[in-house]
Formats: sequence, C-alpha cells, structure tokens
Amino acid sequence: MSEQQPVLVRVFLTFARNSLVREMTFRTNFFIQCVSAISWTLMNLGFYLIIFHHLNRKPLADGSGWQQNEFFVFLATTWIVFSIVQAFFMPNVQEFSELIRTGNLDFVFLKPIDTQFLISFAKVDWSALANFVMGILLLTVGVWRLTTQSNNPLSLNLANVLLYWFYVACGVTILYSLMISLAATSIWLGRNQSLYDFWFYITNFSRYPMEIYARSWGWSLWGLFTFVIPILIVINVPARILARPLRPEGPWLGLPLSGFAILATLVCLVISRRVFSLALQSYRSASS
Amino acid sequence: MYVRAHTWWTILRIALEERLVYRGDFALGTLMRFLPIITQIFLWWAIFESIGSGSVETAEIANFTFPDMVAYYLLTMVGRAFSSMPGLASGVARQIRDGEIKKFLIQPVDMVGFLMLNRIAHKLAYYSVAILPFALVFYLCRGYFTAGWPDPLTLAAFVSSLILGFLLGFFLETSIGLIGFWFLEVSSLLFVYMLFSFFLSGHMFPLDLLPEPWNLLVDLLPLKYMAYFPAAVFLGKVSQDELMLQLGIQVAWIVFFIFLSRYLWKRGVSRYSGFGG
Repeated sequence: MSEQQPVLVRVFLTFARNSLVREMTFRTNFFIQCVSAISWTLMNLGFYLIIFHHLNRKPLADGSGWQQNEFFVFLATTWIVFSIVQAFFMPNVQEFSELIRTGNLDFVFLKPIDTQFLISFAKVDWSALANFVMGILLLTVGVWRLTTQSNNPLSLNLANVLLYWFYVACGVTILYSLMISLAATSIWLGRNQSLYDFWFYITNFSRYPMEIYARSWGWSLWGLFTFVIPILIVINVPARILARPLRPEGPWLGLPLSGFAILATLVCLVISRRVFSLALQSYRSASS
Repeated sequence: MYVRAHTWWTILRIALEERLVYRGDFALGTLMRFLPIITQIFLWWAIFESIGSGSVETAEIANFTFPDMVAYYLLTMVGRAFSSMPGLASGVARQIRDGEIKKFLIQPVDMVGFLMLNRIAHKLAYYSVAILPFALVFYLCRGYFTAGWPDPLTLAAFVSSLILGFLLGFFLETSIGLIGFWFLEVSSLLFVYMLFSFFLSGHMFPLDLLPEPWNLLVDLLPLKYMAYFPAAVFLGKVSQDELMLQLGIQVAWIVFFIFLSRYLWKRGVSRYSGFGG
C-alpha cells in the first residue's frame, strides 16, 4: 500500500496535465467558460449585497454576528469549496454514470490501479477554478476588512489560517464522499439523470450559516444535515474558524463542532468507500 | 379553414401525448424543485428576525413582510412555470444549424406556429402533472398567504399576466433562437440572456429590493413580466390604476417580439441556404 502512494500522485498529475492540455486546445471556449462561471458567482454576490443593504449593518441572523464582512468570508469559503469539487470531481462523476450505462466501465476494471481512484480523478475541469480565484479574492477582502476595522478587529495567527485550510479540505472530502455515493447508486438504477439536480438541491442547504436553521422545524433540518448527511459543517466550520463572527466565540463552535467535523469526514470517507465497492459488486456489464 | 384547424389540432394532440410519457419522473422532479424554497424560507426568516431585532412580525423590507416574501417565491414558481421555455431558443438554433428547418420551407406549416402549438402542448402536459405537487406545496404553505385569496379583479389580472407571460417568454426566446440564422451558435448569447433573466426577472428576489438606479433599469426591460409581475399582482403590490398600464406595457412587449420574430424569420429564410437531404 505504502509504495503505491507516490505512483497515484504521479498518475493524478498526468491526468491534470492532460486535462489542461485539452482545455488549452480550445482557449476561447476555456475563457468563455471561466467568464460564465464568474458571472454566476458575481450574481450570487449581488444578491447578498442587496440583502446586506437592507439589513443595514445588522447580522444575517439575529445575534449570530454574520455581518457583511464576516459573511464575505463565509461566501468566499462556499465558492472555494464548491469550485474545488466542481473542478476535480464533478466531471468524473458525470462521466461515471455514462460509463455504467454504456458498459465502458469494463475497461476501467482492466487497468492496474484502484478503480475508485481512476473514476474520481481522471479529469480536471480547470475552468471551474476561476471561482476558486474569485473565492480567494473575496476572502482576502473580507479578512482584510475584518482585521483592519476599528471596532473589535479580528486577530489571526498562522494556526487559524492552517486550520481554515484543513477544514476546507475536510469539507471537500465530505462533499466528495456524498457525490461518489450518489454516483454509485447509478449502478443499481441503471441510469441516474437527476443525479446532478439532486446533488444541487441537497448541497444547497450547506450554503448558508447554520444559525438560520435554528428555529422551529428548522432544527430538524439542522440535525439532519449536521449528523446524518453532514453537509452543514462543510462551509460553516472553516468559515467560522476564520471569520469568528462572534468574538469571543459563543456556544456554536468550539471543540465539539470542530472535533465532530473531523469525525464526520472520516466516517463519510469510509462509508462512501463501502458504498462504492458494494455497488461495484452488483455491476453487470452493458456491453456485448 | 376546417382542414387547417384539424392540422393544428393533430399537431397539438401528438405533442401532448409525447409529453405525457414520463409523468412520474416529471411530478417528482417538480416536487424536488421546491426544495430550494425551504432554504429561502429559513434565510428570509433569519433576515426578517434580525431586522425586527428578534421579532419577525414587525419587520418589513421594501413593503414585504416575511410571509409576503415566502408567498412571493412560491408565486414566482408559478410565473416561471408559464414564462420559462426550456430548450426553445437552443432548439430553434439547432434546427437552423443542422438544416431541419428545411421542412418548414417545404411543408405548408408555419414554423413559429408549429413551435407555439408544441409549446402549448408541452405546458398543458406539464400543468396537468405539476398541478399536484404545486397544490401540495401551496397547501402546506397556505399560512404565508396572509391576505387570503385576492379579489376577483386582481385574480383575473393575475391569470392574464400569467398567460401574457407565456406569450412574452415564447416570442422572446423564439427571437433569440432565430438569431441563429446569422450566428449559427447562440449558446453564449442565450447564456447572457439567462443570466440577466434570472437576476432581473425577479426570480431571485423581489425587484422592489433593488436600490435606486437599478429599479429604473428593471422597469425598462421586459424581463420583469416573466416572474416578478404576476407575483406582485397576486400579492396586491400593484395598484389598481397601475395594473392596466402595466398589462398594456406587457402586451406592447409581446407585440414587439411577435413582429421581431416575424421579421427575423423572413430575413433569415431569405439568406438561408440548405444543402443535402
């Protein structure tokens, strides 16, 4: 197992290079894709700018501390996490259900490499990383404003920044696990066209600060998306570690939630791996 | 005359049957489309609570209360069910590109008319199935319609704004598709249109929320009649005397796009050259 590790990294780098070469063959198309990804993102920002215009310096949820600059950090984290997922996993998972339908998955089995690895990393959609850049920009703006504001400025150290990226990685892992499990179901269903829709509708819940669900029947959603399908912690934990909307930190985050995030990441990874191999066992080739 | 009506009727019937094949998938898909409403409810709940410093009841944004806001989002779903034309413009452009359009030059059937009947059938089939999930969601959310049913006049205006919204959406998108006679590939143009329409039709938020220069811009565009306007009418946000004016402007936009699509078709066909079979 241990001597296989460097090989996987090199294989992945080759995949990434190939994808880049392919994208650079059609540069204008690449450029248009980047622009279109960015314009949707900017519209998303516009929506929140309008909301904060009406909120008039009040936080997004009462007593939560998500004011405009704190929320910029949150929004930037959303863009960063989702752009990574979009770039590295989305094209592959979409391809996967097509491989099953056409029976071309047979050829993947024949390759002397871990099937899940090959399925997950074969393609990289570089243009999706345009939003990663946008996320970094907005993150910089948000953090810079927070640390330089005169009233209760934020102080950050290296540990905060490292923890932030660690939890971003956890978030990406959780989303990846969810995605690969969903994709694996297309082995049982034959075809899973609404996969992308379902993915979009479910992950939509993770794009907001978790305080907004902290009321009446929202609590059941909060419980569901924190403990059963832990997508609420994907953005909330890293964003909260960096922006710290409540200074000093209130009851929402502290050791319990950040510890739970690590646990959830591991559990998700293990379960998705199980689901994937279980699904592969029921694969019947569709080709001749 | 009778023969003609019979032809149109047959086209409509075939399109309708074609559409009803996958009704189960259809109904489920429609129900799923309401899921984002749940996050919208909680997002706006939190926002209104924050504005009202802890109480939702007193808070208002641009004359919208919290229940108004939720009702607005639900109503825009209805508006979009009429005005959105998935695949229309790209379909027209594709037919131009791969030469399928030739059949309309040979057969005595008008292309725009044919597309329209197809779309009506598509919509009718859609409503006949989607009415169940829609009714379910509206029933569950009836508490957000604090004013109850509007008076008959407003209701009539609402229904006409929906039907006009359908016509506007149809001729607007057909016009975009017919630009394909000149560009062949309209997908980037269509993308720009979708982008603006999502933001400026009121699908994303009530247009009353827009600050100063933008709300004027929105008034000058036809996009607001596709989602914002019907919902605003239903919620009584449009005053009685303004209602007629607005409906008039909507009709004027439809007439404009009818003429535009006719003009584009005429000019397009005269420069079109089809090769092969």
